[in-house]
Amino acid sequence: MCRSTKYQDKLRFLLLFSRQGKLRLQKWFVPTSDRERKKVIRDMIMLVLPRQPRTCNFLQWKDLKIVYKRYASLYFCAGLEEQDNELLALEVLHRYVELLDKYFGNVCELDIIFNFEKAYFILDEFLMGGEVLETSKFAVNVSMEQADTLQEVTQHFHHSFILHSLTLCLSVPLCVF
Amino acid sequence: MPAVSKGDGMRGLAVFISDIRNCKSKEAEIKRINKELANIRSKFKGDKALDGYSKKKYVCKLLFIFLLGHDIDFGHMEAVNLLSSNKYTEKQIGYLFISVLVNSNSELIRLINNAIKNDLSSRNPTFMCLALHCIANVGSREMAEAFASEIPRILVAGDTMDSVKQSAALCLLRLYKTSPDLVLMGEWTSRVVHLLNDQHMGVVTAAISLITCLSQKNPDEFKTCVSLAVSRLSRIVSSASTDLQDYTYYFVPAPWLSCKLLRLLQCYPPPEDGAVKGRLVECLETILNKAQEPPKSKKVQHSNAKNAILFEAISLIIHYDSEPNLLVRACNQLGQFLQHRETNLRYLALESMCTLASSEFSHEAVKTHIETVINALKTERDVSVRQRAADLLYAMCDRSNAKQIVAEMLSYLETADYSIREEMVRVLKVAILAEKYAVDYSWYVDTILNLIRIAGDYVSEEVWYRVIQIVINRDDVQGYAAKTVFEALQAPACHENMVKVGGYILGEFGNLIAGDPRSSPLVQFNLLHSKFHLCSVPTRALLLSAYIKFINLFPETKATIQEVLRCDSQIRNSDVELQQRAVEYLKLSSIASTDVLATVLEEMPPFPERESSILAKLKKKKGPGAVSVTELEDSKRESSELNGAGERGPDQSVMAASNASTPSPSADLLGIRSAAPVSTAPAGAGSLLVDVFSEAGPTASSGAVNDDGFLRDLEQPPETSDPLLVEGSGDSDSAPPSEDPAPPLSEAEELLNKFVCKNNGVLFENQLLQIGIKSEYRQNLGRMYLFYGNKTSVQFASFTTTLNVQSKPVEPLVEGGAQIQQVLNIECLTDFSDAPLLNIKFRYGGALQNLTLKLPVTINKFFQPTEMASQDFFQRWKQLSQPQQEAQKIFKANHSMDTEVIKAKLLGLGMALLDNVDPNPENYVCAGVIQTKSQQVGCLLRLEPNAQAQMYRLTLRCSKDSVSKRLCELLAQQF
Repeated sequence: MCRSTKYQDKLRFLLLFSRQGKLRLQKWFVPTSDRERKKVIRDMIMLVLPRQPRTCNFLQWKDLKIVYKRYASLYFCAGLEEQDNELLALEVLHRYVELLDKYFGNVCELDIIFNFEKAYFILDEFLMGGEVLETSKFAVNVSMEQADTLQEVTQHFHHSFILHSLTLCLSVPLCVF
Repeated sequence: MPAVSKGDGMRGLAVFISDIRNCKSKEAEIKRINKELANIRSKFKGDKALDGYSKKKYVCKLLFIFLLGHDIDFGHMEAVNLLSSNKYTEKQIGYLFISVLVNSNSELIRLINNAIKNDLSSRNPTFMCLALHCIANVGSREMAEAFASEIPRILVAGDTMDSVKQSAALCLLRLYKTSPDLVLMGEWTSRVVHLLNDQHMGVVTAAISLITCLSQKNPDEFKTCVSLAVSRLSRIVSSASTDLQDYTYYFVPAPWLSCKLLRLLQCYPPPEDGAVKGRLVECLETILNKAQEPPKSKKVQHSNAKNAILFEAISLIIHYDSEPNLLVRACNQLGQFLQHRETNLRYLALESMCTLASSEFSHEAVKTHIETVINALKTERDVSVRQRAADLLYAMCDRSNAKQIVAEMLSYLETADYSIREEMVRVLKVAILAEKYAVDYSWYVDTILNLIRIAGDYVSEEVWYRVIQIVINRDDVQGYAAKTVFEALQAPACHENMVKVGGYILGEFGNLIAGDPRSSPLVQFNLLHSKFHLCSVPTRALLLSAYIKFINLFPETKATIQEVLRCDSQIRNSDVELQQRAVEYLKLSSIASTDVLATVLEEMPPFPERESSILAKLKKKKGPGAVSVTELEDSKRESSELNGAGERGPDQSVMAASNASTPSPSADLLGIRSAAPVSTAPAGAGSLLVDVFSEAGPTASSGAVNDDGFLRDLEQPPETSDPLLVEGSGDSDSAPPSEDPAPPLSEAEELLNKFVCKNNGVLFENQLLQIGIKSEYRQNLGRMYLFYGNKTSVQFASFTTTLNVQSKPVEPLVEGGAQIQQVLNIECLTDFSDAPLLNIKFRYGGALQNLTLKLPVTINKFFQPTEMASQDFFQRWKQLSQPQQEAQKIFKANHSMDTEVIKAKLLGLGMALLDNVDPNPENYVCAGVIQTKSQQVGCLLRLEPNAQAQMYRLTLRCSKDSVSKRLCELLAQQF
């Protein structure tokens, strides 16, 4: 039997959105037009939010495999190409949550809202072009720590001083380890 | 630990984000954003040079605004400036901005590339990584050109830090995917392959992605990687869970690397070297064994990582397809998962088994799970799992279990709650299985009729064409088919597709059951006719053809049927197609002798042997449940063995026959012509505007040359179901000039506008040619006569006209001074804004003339006027109050503002002009409904002239926004 295994072991996109359907982070690993992006985001939110708990974490959407998982108030949702390994992609999502958690300490949705740039940086340390770059939690954190010590202007302040209307669910840790 | 205390807090940014979050409405948010944008703009433009921190903060704010979904059109320069900062966080924000917001502004790209170049040569690993990330994120051609030669050097250099190597490997992969021609490995190949031996697991993990991709393109150059990969895999698989330290994930050693290694091996056939192969088989066995061991952790992450490797190993086993022992073990393992309590595993097991089912070694082993899979189909709560179960049943079907599986799938269809598309795929699959494994064709007929009964709405043309093809080609099933459809039609409510099949089969083979008094000819006819009134036009047309066939088969029904044909609802039917058929069939039955009748209405000839059209349809579909190529080839082979049916729709062979060079003598004898059928919408014709079939002939014979046979009633043949055939008439005898159609004339739009409010007139005229138009419209149908007049005294040769929809060729020669006519039947499928293009080419003297016009078919042609009282009008006006439903234009009068002229134009538009509705008598209001095949669009119009200012205000409100817009555009040109 001659099956052509096309090597496409990578993510096409990663989206983080809240239970209310608010997009918190979007990362596109292949060139995608604005229109297509909007459509994907809309479709993913519509597809994933209504799913019942404890159904399977995989979906077929067009020619992509969708892998998603909910952590507290946030959904992590990735689009994979046809040949990819769904279980491993699920663990890519989990590892990303772990990395966020390690960096922020009990990461919650608010951390990602207020420090979106950090969330992108951590993602960049972990994935590149949709491929896993570094799977070691230790190594990723080292480079983030390095980044933090490299910087000179350090303005300490606590975000909750300036927040008046905290909705409770946003500050629930995404993940308890 | 509070989040923001880490790293660099940007207080201004946090305040801004929290402001945005506190906005109560979208408007408030936009207001706040605009304020911020103004602030940032003034800061960037200000005289005071900004320090790096402020620049970073503002760029970050812009980024945030962009990610909220707003456009950002400035700040790029400031971001590029940040790239050359020495401070890491400033550089980092600059790169992030570029990665997210890059545009192909070449000026900027050059600056960005410059900064990247500096960072790459900085020898500072963190800066180098940032630069590599930026290249990978943007991945444009320009960047590939600038860096594709530099990055391999970094990748293999001895003094490169590990973290930089990792980034370089994946960055190169990204560039290779976008511009493979620019990434030349050549001399680096062996050093890249040897990265598989690198001490650092992170480097191997990153490098293997690159190697796998390169191996696919150049398997020979990279084939040394196989033995390296096997030994690496072997070391990981046999390591204790703690050996790999941080690369152990929940007690599973290096799951990502293991999966990538297994994936790399899938690019190659099984290793030839016995030792390597032995070692690999050992690895695979170890992985299968580990699945049976008790888990080392209860966490789902542990089992996921472990099973990820297991599934990848099974993929490799399936890929090799040469180790029966491993295949059967894999199958048994998947069998266990089929009943696992984790939904994810059940899903994946069903998915993997689909591929196992196509291997000859494991097909039987897969089949043993049939009961479990059927059970999954019936009981799974999750629709995506049921979908997989249905796919697997399809894959495991063979002659031995076809009846059981088809029955299960049919009963599943009855309860399934799918989206339409998936339903279609299921239906097609049932139909394919039924045909592929049909031993006795009565079972096949039963199955398909059942399918139509259960899921009639989703039964596409191909399915019922196919059953007719098969019945026609197989004598042994015809009597049974006639009896079965006769019984199926007894149901008080049966699906229209059933009526179509019934009409066709009884028309052909009703005689086979006519002996039974319970299904005597008259009973059959009455049964069919009892459904007639509930059917759509194409089905009725088909039934009329069945009736004329009845007259031939059973002369005793002639009087009854003639009576039916003669009644006003047929012979004066508002639908031209039905009317024409009624008239012609009535005439045919009364003037033709029985011999002629028998010749004309002879039984359909068998269809030529071809691939099943259903399979062709399934092949076109992508996505869930699409079958693999091998499978298709397989069933193709089998289906052609089993029966000799053709790909064409039943009616198409008739059309093909009449297109042959010699017209059929019987048709000539009778001089009967049939109107071109108004075609129905091809599936998925989202963008299709009008679908035009045409007849053409010299005016002299008043168009009566077309001899398209009688049974053109079945719907469009499958081949033409592609949305738009550009250049539909490629088969003209006289070779048409081969040049491409000219672009539309500059005045084409203007010419089109002339016809918005009128239907007849001269469309185009130059020294050589005059094109006149006569057209009439009713509901969503229209007929257009095009007259091409040769104004010269010389013949036009190779005269062709082409629509960007379909049309038939016209006479290739137009004599000097003569005129030819072309008739187009038009059906409006959905609303549209672009007119079809008409291209005309001919030779005058030696010179090729090539011109393209817009065919004056505009959306308003399909208006039905609607009269309504003032109250109703305003009520509806209010109902259509969403902003996008309204289109308005204020414009200067271009033509006379005389009341009568305006009224005439509005009437010509096709809407009803309503008096005494608008409180201001100067104003005009109109109402109408646009009829398209897919929907009706209600439209209201108000035109307010201001004679003093010589201006109009035109307002349209329609139930569909695109229509409001288009009508407004069209009409603004008219007054």
